[in-house]
Amino acid sequence: MIRSTHLPLIATLVTFVLAYAICASQYPAIFSTRVVANLLTDNAFLGIVAVGMTYVILSGGIDLSVGSVIAFSGVFIAVILRDTSIHPLFAFGLVLAITTAFGAAMGGAIHYLEMPPFIVTLAGMFLARGASYVLSTESVPITHEFYDFLRDIYWKAPSGGRFKLIGGIMLLTFVAGALVAHRTKFGQNIYALGGGEQAAKLMGVPLAATTIKIYAVSGGLAGLAGIVFSLYTSAGYSLATVGVELDAIAAVVIGGTLLTGGYGFVAGTFFGVLIMGLIQTFIVFDGTLSSWWTKIVIGALLFAFILLQKGLFWLTKTRRKTTIGSDVQS
Amino acid sequence: MSSTTQSIYKRILPQLIILAAVLVLNFLVFPDFFSIEFKNGRIFGNLIDVLNRCAPTAILCVGMTLVIATKGIDLSVGAVMAITGATAASLVVDGHGWFTALIGAVAVGALCGIWNGFLVAVLRIQPIVATLVLMVAGRGIAQLITEGTILTFHDEGLVRLGAGTIIGIPTPILIWITLGAIATFIVRKTSLGMLIEAIGINEASSRLAGINSRTLLVCVYLISGMCAAIAGVIVAADIKGADANNAGLWLELDAILAVVIGGNSLLGGRFSIIASLLGAMIIQSVNSVILLSGMPPEFNLVIKALLILAILVIQSPKIAHLRYMLRATDPLPRDKPKPPSVAPQEKSQ
Repeated sequence: MIRSTHLPLIATLVTFVLAYAICASQYPAIFSTRVVANLLTDNAFLGIVAVGMTYVILSGGIDLSVGSVIAFSGVFIAVILRDTSIHPLFAFGLVLAITTAFGAAMGGAIHYLEMPPFIVTLAGMFLARGASYVLSTESVPITHEFYDFLRDIYWKAPSGGRFKLIGGIMLLTFVAGALVAHRTKFGQNIYALGGGEQAAKLMGVPLAATTIKIYAVSGGLAGLAGIVFSLYTSAGYSLATVGVELDAIAAVVIGGTLLTGGYGFVAGTFFGVLIMGLIQTFIVFDGTLSSWWTKIVIGALLFAFILLQKGLFWLTKTRRKTTIGSDVQS
Repeated sequence: MSSTTQSIYKRILPQLIILAAVLVLNFLVFPDFFSIEFKNGRIFGNLIDVLNRCAPTAILCVGMTLVIATKGIDLSVGAVMAITGATAASLVVDGHGWFTALIGAVAVGALCGIWNGFLVAVLRIQPIVATLVLMVAGRGIAQLITEGTILTFHDEGLVRLGAGTIIGIPTPILIWITLGAIATFIVRKTSLGMLIEAIGINEASSRLAGINSRTLLVCVYLISGMCAAIAGVIVAADIKGADANNAGLWLELDAILAVVIGGNSLLGGRFSIIASLLGAMIIQSVNSVILLSGMPPEFNLVIKALLILAILVIQSPKIAHLRYMLRATDPLPRDKPKPPSVAPQEKSQ
């Protein structure tokens, strides 16, 4: 029997297959490995940041700062490579350290000040965006031979599609993210926290450490997404990736994760990202549709999935109510 | 009567102090800041400019304060501004009068508000998520209305709403002050304000107490949508065009920030519209300091972030509890700290 907690994930999979089938029926070329490879490459940074967002949302929180952190990472790398002669790998390490610490600080503020994640990460969003403006308001190009080297790493599929390094990084992040969420104690703690803070506390979940770790992971992955984005665009620009946090949240929800926390799968987010990428690809293929349809379709999908989750929630609640036979009021 | 005015005064005192401090800062970096002159039938001055520029945020604030008082949040206001600005512009371009355009825009805003309210109150979706749907889709809808272009118009009446004057005072100032006054009057002279606060403090018990929380919640989001509509029309009228991509961009965050600076808890409950409006003025005055002092505008966001951080620390239930305990240590120094429910008013859930 299918468990009701798996239903949103199955709905996501069905949506993805259906969407792909609709696209393929109109444009058979969408099955080519080139399209698939581009789908992975173009959405690499979004996918990486969506893994972190999945953790945050599973724990019942929200992280609005990721878009700004991506932009900050890109600008930081670009400026540091322009002004100093350090190796990009060292810069990457520096960026990851900064963004992880930034996320941890936000997690600490959320836990110790007992403030809603929404407003704390809003402050983080302003801070990170402001910091990248202060570093540079102009687009800074990255011209390092190491970047050319990284960009030239790809696996060429027999039919011509080029699976690039950044797509691989995204896939690796998803695999690692899924393993951590479902196979480690930290992952279990995230689910427990999302199920209910009081209950988690009574179960012995270290609330402070878990909250801080969750936001640190989200910050760090946003940093990694920033690195990937800088590889993708070969530049750092402080106005880039505005609103990516919304895309990431939408991908997580379309991926079947409950926004109240506690239910969901990292794998679902992967398909959420792919569905969003697919919509864009379809619009590009079509050529007559305008880009604003992307937003409307994503909004509609978002609504449909929220409705689905609500419906399931009601269903399980009424079922439980009838089996217990009591009239518990919410 | 005098006791209520006194309590209002006490409530908004911190905001007044901050505003005064920022204004003095303005004066220090730009000594002509307070000079106001009357030229060509219109008053000019930096102070007037601050009041004029904070109009969209202030108008959004009125609705946002009520929404936040019910423990909700409305992320869609920026997108609704884009939709309503586009509606008004397209109506005017089609040859309708400015009044029809205004009514049409407000009606569309009301519709958006009802949609949000329906999701929150009837379908019981968390406010952040419910309003996120319109926030994501809204700009797409706005672009659908403008057909992807920036719709420009030259209708005198509509432009006057954003850039005109009435007896020398810029119209936006009059609009936001009137709106704020009407809203304050209604929520404070009737029991509406108390009922809204009751929902924010504990919705389940407010329902048990006989409050029709569902209808009231829809109404609160409706008001927020209508405020966003008016703000959207003003912004569109100001630039004589509807820009679906940039109209009201990130203004929802400014409005939330203004409400928070106004000392309203994001956890719902007690609210003050006047304090929120002061918050909007504070934000604009800070912008003005940055501009007048010649600091690079890039610092604007950093300063905003620091402002939020300061408020977070002040508003935090933990800190409030600590202050409460410090004050309470005099009579009974060994008093065991009770569960945080002792902390004044900020108890969540």
